[in-house]
Amino acid sequence: MAVTVESHGTIAEAQRALGSGAVYLGGGTILMRAVNAGLVQGRVVRSTDPSLSRIRPMGDGVEIGAGVTMAAIAANPDLGFLHPVVRAVGGPQVRNMASIGGNLFAEHPYGDLAAALLALGARIVMAGGMQRPIEDLLRDRSRAGLVAAVQVSRPRDPRAFGFLKVSRVRPKGVSVLSFAAHLPREGGRLRGVRIACVGLGPMPLRSPSAERALEGGALDAAAVARAAALVAEGLDPPTDALASAWYRREVAGVHLRRLLGRML
Amino acid sequence: MALKPVTFTLNGEPKAAFTEDGQNLLDLLRRGVGDLSPKYGCGQGTCGACTILLDGEPQLACLLLGEAVEGRRIDTATGLGGPAPHPLQDAFMERFAAQCGYCTPGMLMAAKALLDRNPGPTREEVIEAIGGNLCRCTGYEPIIAAILDVAAERKRA
Repeated sequence: MAVTVESHGTIAEAQRALGSGAVYLGGGTILMRAVNAGLVQGRVVRSTDPSLSRIRPMGDGVEIGAGVTMAAIAANPDLGFLHPVVRAVGGPQVRNMASIGGNLFAEHPYGDLAAALLALGARIVMAGGMQRPIEDLLRDRSRAGLVAAVQVSRPRDPRAFGFLKVSRVRPKGVSVLSFAAHLPREGGRLRGVRIACVGLGPMPLRSPSAERALEGGALDAAAVARAAALVAEGLDPPTDALASAWYRREVAGVHLRRLLGRML
Repeated sequence: MALKPVTFTLNGEPKAAFTEDGQNLLDLLRRGVGDLSPKYGCGQGTCGACTILLDGEPQLACLLLGEAVEGRRIDTATGLGGPAPHPLQDAFMERFAAQCGYCTPGMLMAAKALLDRNPGPTREEVIEAIGGNLCRCTGYEPIIAAILDVAAERKRA
């Protein structure tokens, strides 16, 4: 069976066309690899809806169309808190193509931006308008449907959000591990801590143990050491060509400690 | 397999071609239009040998759908220079920045995109700009030097 590409002018049409059995083509940096390798057969759906490329302010945050590229985020002064994240994704060509929506569906070891959005508690706007927490989407991406936009609040204190990517090749390398941390403080205590990572599971996920170690306390060297020691607890890092599960588990705490140490 | 008409501007010239369903832009440019300067390296978006400029931005032709460039402007290494080589091509020759030459068209387009938006890049900015292009011959230093030479020459001029 050959590939058939369908282009639709609106997200609603693309959603209807997607139905079952078709795949959606966003920026192309993931799906076109499979198309080129002959691994995709059947219907490919894409949309030219201009709203997919829109970035608009929304209350204390921003709504980012699912087709907005890493380069467009890097060029937007309102999204400064995400600049260190998107600059760590791929090379310039990939950043000009890869979209925020596609990153939500990227398989391990990709998904740096998805991890950052997970730490920031982003909400996903589906085609049709339904909203869901990013955790829900990441939990079962195979039946997620079409994403229209991502809503994310700016961290009230810019120093409360940090991101660290560990890769073997610079400037362009895929992640051995990536960490994103959101550490809001109220009256000197951490409230609503979220630590997300790439490389400690099959998709971007949170580290409940590291979060528990920090929640409610002051952010100091002892708390950071406790969180670092527990970060991989209950998680199941994968083994791949970049690193073994054992290696990832061994070094996860080192890198989380470096990230949190910068946020003290 | 269905053929779809697509029109675009290639190196300043209007082009009309038919693209197959699922055909990537690299294949369309090489087989459909006859521009052999973008190279097929990996087909996976890793090597950058197929780098072209789409509306002035460096992108990977192997990961672009042929039909998605309708009405867009594409520039490839074929369109660099005129009767005389482009300053980047001269600098690459001067600095021996090409050995096998397979990565060179992609490197040149990545470098052109950089200098078009940032005429005076630092060494770090050059390294970042060619971070999506692999070269297995030169060790990158001659390429970096060539790009910096062009920037320095433009500053003097």
